[in-house]
Amino acid sequence: MRLPTQWLGVAPFFIFAIMFLILPTLYLMLGAFQNDAGEFTFENIAALAQPSIVAAYWISIKVSLASSLIGAFAGLAIAIAIVRGGLPEWIRSATLTFSGVASNFAGVPLAFAFIATLGRLGLATVILNTLFGLNIYAHGFNILSFWGLTLTYVYFQIPLMVVIIVPAIDGLKKEWGEAAATLGATMAQYWRMVVIPVIWPSFLGTVILLFANAFGAIATAYALTGSSLNIVPILLYAQIRGDVLHNAHLGYAIAFGMIFITGLANVFYIWFRTRSERWLK
Amino acid sequence: MKSGKFWAWVVFALGAAYFFIPLIATVEFSMRMRRGEYSFDAYKVVLGDARFQATFGYSVLAAVFTIILGVLIVVPAAYWIRLRLPQLRPIVEFITLLPLVIPAIVIVFGYIRMYGSNSPLPFLATDTGTNALLVIGYATLALPYMYRAVDTGLRTIDVRTLTEAAQILGAGWGTIITRVILPNVLIAVLSGAFLTFAIVIGEFTMASLLNRPAFGPYLQNIGANRAYEPAALAIIAFAITWGCMSLIQILSRFAPRSANRPN
Repeated sequence: MRLPTQWLGVAPFFIFAIMFLILPTLYLMLGAFQNDAGEFTFENIAALAQPSIVAAYWISIKVSLASSLIGAFAGLAIAIAIVRGGLPEWIRSATLTFSGVASNFAGVPLAFAFIATLGRLGLATVILNTLFGLNIYAHGFNILSFWGLTLTYVYFQIPLMVVIIVPAIDGLKKEWGEAAATLGATMAQYWRMVVIPVIWPSFLGTVILLFANAFGAIATAYALTGSSLNIVPILLYAQIRGDVLHNAHLGYAIAFGMIFITGLANVFYIWFRTRSERWLK
Repeated sequence: MKSGKFWAWVVFALGAAYFFIPLIATVEFSMRMRRGEYSFDAYKVVLGDARFQATFGYSVLAAVFTIILGVLIVVPAAYWIRLRLPQLRPIVEFITLLPLVIPAIVIVFGYIRMYGSNSPLPFLATDTGTNALLVIGYATLALPYMYRAVDTGLRTIDVRTLTEAAQILGAGWGTIITRVILPNVLIAVLSGAFLTFAIVIGEFTMASLLNRPAFGPYLQNIGANRAYEPAALAIIAFAITWGCMSLIQILSRFAPRSANRPN
């Protein structure tokens, strides 16, 4: 087989990926280090240090971290419960089906659902108030706040964790538990020395996926809070629409910062994984 | 083990409460439009809205084109890598994971700057071009899912033997892909297609920034201006997602079990 036809099958894929994934991203990355005259500069990156942008990054990181950690641990607990908890088989399959749906139920409709639940006139808000006399809004809760957004994101974070981690827990062989028990291990030792090391890489990888998932999300937050909660994607959205920062290259720098953070998360993941794999050998 | 089972039920019940209360609340809220009694008025208003029909139709069409584009890009590449270029697998897998790392808003921002009216490839100069760019953007978003689905499908068939058999019978590459490989991975491709549909149908960021009359921006607009209709729309959107996922599950029952025989 001659060389050109050898590459023909993968050519559309690579042309597409370079034109519509890699080059547009690189364009922004380079733009982040250029001024209007096209000269190399660190000014745009330095300009990210202004308080409003730092605050946007900080709240984005907090929401992503909180929602991914809550989602990860809750998802892990649910996964262990349905795989190892001795629950009826139909609960396991129903939970997995539902998780597939809920992990894709994000964006604008999810925001609507949470406004109908925990908004000022939402069902849960009203029921808590009339039945238990608990006015959550008087106690400082607001759906348009950090915790409101986190609680909403968790709705797609937990199911995503369940979908990814159930196969990993399935991979734990029954024999390992029996072997550990034969050797006199307690339940705690079995978990600490067998279960956690085995599922640790997939768990950590999923946490990072959840983090990136929340960090880049905009539709849910935008529909939920308008622009009242200043997270990075909403800031970037406003910048793309109307150059609110009055500096096109600062927009590039914000995009660069977003990729930098999600990229950094992935570097951590790879580092952790190689470490844990070495340790598993 | 008894206490283990008890805690499993507790965890499951808490999870079920967290996931079902918002759904119940949304259904209840969507039926409150008529004062003093429950009704389906909000659904009637939404479904009768000409803008709902127009934007929904637009997004369905965008989803169909996205699926076609995704299949055209992914199937030949995944097939070819299994057959001839396994050394490219890590690179291709890395690229298909990129859309999970690069946020959609950054990708579309890059498009706006790279393919503007003054650029060498002025996609954004015309309506057709912008529509094409939206479909392209959606295809990148769907890339991780489409690739994984197709690759899993290919794993269950013996690509090499099928290809050689077809070649012996005199088939060309086009025939092999469309008449041998594609029918064998059709179920996997359809799974990827329905997932793509679920992702694309209500997508907001790209459609909004490219100023397309799609369903996502319409949803956002209704959310900002109406009270009960958003809840009805949320239920409709949930039903669509549910429908797509159920179709994938039903399809997976017809999927071939691993056919990779040990040689």
